[in-house]
Amino acid sequence: MSSGHAKAPYYFVPGPSQWPIFGGATLLLTMFGAAAWVNDLPWGVYANFIGIALTLVVLYNWFGDAIKESEGGQYGARVDVSYRWSMSWFIFSEVMFFGAFFGALFYARSITMPWLADLDNKLIWPDFVGHWGNIGPAGTIETFKTMSPFPIPTINTALLLTSGVTLTIAHHALLAGHRAKTSLFLFATIVLGAIFMGFQGFEYFHAYTELNLKLTSGIYGSTFFLLTGFHGFHVTMGAIMLSVVLYRHMRGDFTTTHHFAFEGAAWYWHFVDVVWLGLYVVVYWL
Amino acid sequence: QQVVQNVVDSKGGPAVRQMTFQQPVTQIAEQIYSIHNLMMGICLAIFVVVFGVMFYSILKHRKSLGHKPATFHESITVEIAWTIVPFLIVIGMALPATKTVVAMKDTSNSDITIKVTGMQWKWGYDYIKGEGEGISFLSTLSTPREQIGAPGKAPTQARGENYLIEVDNEVVVPVNKKVRIITTANDVIHSWTIPAFGLKQDAIPGFVRDTWFKAEKVGKYRGQCVELCGKEHAFMPVVVNVVSEADYKVWVDSKKKEMAALADDPNKTWTVDELKQRGEKVYTANCVVCHQANGKGVPGAFPALDGSAVVNGGKDAQIHLVLNGKNAMPTWKSVLSDTEIAAVITYTRNNWSNKAQENIVQPAEVLAARK
Amino acid sequence: MSNIAMDHAHADHSHGHDHGHDHDHAHDHPHGFRRWLFATNHKDIGTLYLIFSFTMLLAGGVMALLIRAELFQPGLQLMQPEFFNQLTTMHGLVMVFGAIMPAFVGFANWMIPLQIGASDMAFARMNNFSFWLMPPAAILLTTSFLVPGGATAAGWTLYAPLSTQMGPGMDMAIFAVHIMGASSIMGSINIITTILNMRAPGMTLMKMPMFCWTWLITAYLLIAVMPVLAGAITMTLTDRHFGTSFFNAAGGGDPVMYQHIFWFFGHPEVYIMILPAFGIVSQIIPAFARKQLFGYASMVYATSSIAILSFIVWAHHMFTTGMPVTAQLFFMYATMLIAVPTGVKVFNWIATMWQGSMTFETPMLFAVGFIFVFTIGGFTGLILAVTPIDIQMQDTYYVVAHFHYVLVAGSLFALFAGFYYWSPKWTGFMYNELRGKIHFWNSLIWFNVTFFPMHFLGLAGMPRRYADYPAQFTDFNQLATIGAFGFGLTQVYFLFFVVLPAYRGGKKAEDKPWEGAEGLEWTVPSPAPFHTFETPPTVK
Ligand code: HEA
Ligand code: HEA
Ligand code: CUA
Ligand SMILES: [Cu+2]
Repeated sequence: MSSGHAKAPYYFVPGPSQWPIFGGATLLLTMFGAAAWVNDLPWGVYANFIGIALTLVVLYNWFGDAIKESEGGQYGARVDVSYRWSMSWFIFSEVMFFGAFFGALFYARSITMPWLADLDNKLIWPDFVGHWGNIGPAGTIETFKTMSPFPIPTINTALLLTSGVTLTIAHHALLAGHRAKTSLFLFATIVLGAIFMGFQGFEYFHAYTELNLKLTSGIYGSTFFLLTGFHGFHVTMGAIMLSVVLYRHMRGDFTTTHHFAFEGAAWYWHFVDVVWLGLYVVVYWL
Repeated sequence: QQVVQNVVDSKGGPAVRQMTFQQPVTQIAEQIYSIHNLMMGICLAIFVVVFGVMFYSILKHRKSLGHKPATFHESITVEIAWTIVPFLIVIGMALPATKTVVAMKDTSNSDITIKVTGMQWKWGYDYIKGEGEGISFLSTLSTPREQIGAPGKAPTQARGENYLIEVDNEVVVPVNKKVRIITTANDVIHSWTIPAFGLKQDAIPGFVRDTWFKAEKVGKYRGQCVELCGKEHAFMPVVVNVVSEADYKVWVDSKKKEMAALADDPNKTWTVDELKQRGEKVYTANCVVCHQANGKGVPGAFPALDGSAVVNGGKDAQIHLVLNGKNAMPTWKSVLSDTEIAAVITYTRNNWSNKAQENIVQPAEVLAARK
Repeated sequence: MSNIAMDHAHADHSHGHDHGHDHDHAHDHPHGFRRWLFATNHKDIGTLYLIFSFTMLLAGGVMALLIRAELFQPGLQLMQPEFFNQLTTMHGLVMVFGAIMPAFVGFANWMIPLQIGASDMAFARMNNFSFWLMPPAAILLTTSFLVPGGATAAGWTLYAPLSTQMGPGMDMAIFAVHIMGASSIMGSINIITTILNMRAPGMTLMKMPMFCWTWLITAYLLIAVMPVLAGAITMTLTDRHFGTSFFNAAGGGDPVMYQHIFWFFGHPEVYIMILPAFGIVSQIIPAFARKQLFGYASMVYATSSIAILSFIVWAHHMFTTGMPVTAQLFFMYATMLIAVPTGVKVFNWIATMWQGSMTFETPMLFAVGFIFVFTIGGFTGLILAVTPIDIQMQDTYYVVAHFHYVLVAGSLFALFAGFYYWSPKWTGFMYNELRGKIHFWNSLIWFNVTFFPMHFLGLAGMPRRYADYPAQFTDFNQLATIGAFGFGLTQVYFLFFVVLPAYRGGKKAEDKPWEGAEGLEWTVPSPAPFHTFETPPTVK
């Protein structure tokens, strides 16, 4: 614990803050914009983006406040524990969010497909064969090819697994007080994440242009893009978190004992990793 | 202005102020009735015992009566007892139900199979197996709007005893025969039910589900769509007419003749006026609930046809739209025949203030567009 | 719980500046609008939540009254069916997400720190963020009535593919639920962290008041299922606008899949709305029986069992979708099992009352009323759990009767009970006892007049979400409508004759106004000062 913590209060309670209500307002704008946008109103996209931008401003200031308090030595050991609990539960909520989409994939493949193709349903879909990755029984969907686990997803798996290792090395370096090594491996982790995202983008490009695999490609396309898409979004979030952590580390915010921001981001990164392993198996392999 | 009405019991539907299940006419419905009675009995007994104790305590263990509080706050024995006893009771309730569940699911060896298609907002029936095979028809609410009224418009006709639970074409089935019902839907989920049969099955678009009944008494039995399906959800009833076997044969014959007479040759060429006449009927039966009789639609919800760009533009686009639907507009290709679609399109192109360039669509064009 | 002793005198808490550090901004009393808009104080945020949820109760109540007015007679008198469906949908959404859930969060905010001896919630700013997400969500929901096509009319369950047909109002509802979900998740993280990490020394988990226990478990349920709901409506959104086929058979999807995902959320959701109610009642019964809660440990286990079981019963809402027979049986058995732990709770309450020394102030009246009427709702739930019977009654008014018995006479009554019990601590004044009793008896009677006849309607086969009905159902519908207006007026009475006066003045409340009440919250002054337990009390 850094020297500042000696005077940390029993439990730190911040004073009034304008950020929460501002955040509520900017999210309202964001959501109004989104609702307008999906309904093709011309102003929707602007409102949405302005809303998001303002939300980011709010978050920037809010986190800025929290960092200042932390650096000012106001967060005692108990606050540290609170952060640990909260990050764990947040990750649990994320697990459940992905659970919904994994569940949808499982249900579609293991229950819906055989059901649509069973004897009774021959009544309405006489020619439908329920193998996975089909164009649906109605023939309203263009044919497409399914995504193979080679080469991109496998490369991506290797990238993410490596990034987990580099991140752990960075953490050990941080614990041991090797600041430069921490920065280096943290940076490597972020770069690996970025390469992952690059490949992911390329894979989407490949899907759209060469496989004719689109968001509109029936239940296969739906689950494929939403699962990988939300995962990619989380990788991006994780990379942003790690970048902030890197910046703060270089600024000297962290000590060998007091660096929960680092650990929280690392947990998140490992969670994203694990989700990918799940995806790699059930989306690409099975 | 208020239509005087003296409500009487509906035969095969609910009675006035009915407080329990409708009279069962199948064995399943009877079993449900008796399981329900059993459950009610057990629950009432538990209720009386549990709240007997509570009210006794409320009456006797009052401060105002000078009752001093006891200090006990735990008893493992009691707590285990009142975990185990309810557990056993619950098992006792579940067992008889299990038999009925299994019986309800056994749709094998049916005498007649009828496919029921839920549509916004009517039912389609196809007899696909057994006597009467090949019969198919649509069934819509026959209660006139004049009895229902509208906001600010009081009903002008007296309501009958089967208000909202009567249809133009009833499902006819023979008594004492196992009828398998296959449900599906065209647009959204509907649910087909006849309370007196103890039967209810959702109709799910793109899927078929099945259930069965064997009615043991001649008569008409009434139910209503029970899955929220949009604005006319309350106006798509189900009526099943259970008749003797002899009457059923008669009905099948007459229905078949009627259908043969109605069948159209899609390759016949029609005149504009013929199509308009036919189209008006199709419009009133199918389109008027949304697009309204004056063709103005409902602003914000259902587009106007009067003056519509699609109706006055090229006919291919309109044929496509009517066949395949879009958003709230259902797909009509499985509901209406080529002739009906051609007729209704021609009607809209020449009605109200519409004077479309391409003012006539022949059934053959619709047939071609289906492919 | 009786062996909790406090080492603190009241004065210590109210304004004791006993910390010698320089950052004393945590101690200033913010005034004016900043105090409320920028609040970081759990009590203020709790109050905000309570005001918000009561407002939503009135809004949802007005929608219910419009529904009931239309159903006073057969025929269409007041509105077109599409608007009726919008009202039904929004009534459900507003009541569930706007009234009941935030009200319990308000109670959690006010009471959990006081009950466990914490200075505030673990994350005070995030706490306020959770709150300030609610008004935007409410704005999105209510303004959706004004867009073309109106609000979503797909039922509060938002079943696909009807939800796919809806206009822009549907998207606004989706985004509103997203925001409310985020709010619930953050709120729950806050509550769990507070309970796990900020209890006063000596306050072990098994010494914690039942209300905290039930909220701990509720918060866990919320974190587990709100993201699943978010997933479901996200799929709805992409089906509507981005051409995916999750719920569309033509592309290989399945509308029933929506129902599975929704009810995986939906069933735990109903326990989210009842477990904190159990907690409140478990505080009140011992206080007015002047006797310790019977079977504290088994209460905790029962609550946990309910929570665990709630994850494996969801398809009892889907018996008529045509599941395989094994699935029907499994979900029937699992659902019926929930009667066992719930029964344990009911029996424990009654055992607490047994041989007590009872008085019947308004909190106790509402608590006893809760047990009585909730159990009726529990029994109808059990009856619905029996697959064959449910197939007869699915989507009829019997279901409507069932869930209003558990939600209005359950959750809402418990909230009223909690208000009467704790409002002296909040306001510093005693509410008017006579008026409280008037509120209780009117609520109880009108509630039953409204919802009891619905059982008969359902048994006789009247479907729910109907703007018009066969004329044979008229009489019971009229009774229900009359009852609904009586119940509504009673709540207006509650607002104007109980709540507002209690905030303005009246008899000064003692620090511990209830003879038999126990817990740390009664050791601080009434009204509770802005800051409490800045140095934690020690619980022996
Ligand atoms: C607070 C909310 C709440 C609570 C607590 C409950 C509690 C229960 N509910 Fe309910 N339910 C809803 C809210 C709630 N429900 C809602 C909102 C819907 C409709 C959603 C919609 O479609 O819009 C619904 C619908 C619903 C259905 C679907 C009906 C249908 O649509 O067809 C079913 C079916 O099984 C059901 C069952 C139960 C059961 C078994 C319980 C049990 O937990 C009850 C347990 C309690 C007791 C049994 C009483 C006390 C026990 C004893 C005194 C012990 C002794 C008893 C015995 C041994 C029998 N509920
Ligand atoms: C969660 C809690 C909750 C609560 C508290 C209530 C409260 C009430 N509900 Fe319900 N209800 C639901 C949850 C709830 N409801 C749900 C989930 C549905 C299913 C929706 C669906 O099918 O999708 C439903 C559906 C539902 C229906 C079925 C609609 C249909 O199927 O078409 C009906 C019908 O009577 C009804 C009635 C009522 C009534 C009369 C009340 C009363 O208790 C309300 C009491 C009234 C007030 C509290 C208002 C007081 C205000 C005034 C009198 C005006 C004064 C004005 C000012 C002060 C400005 N509700
Ligand atoms: Cu069809 Cu409701
Ligand atoms: Cu449930």
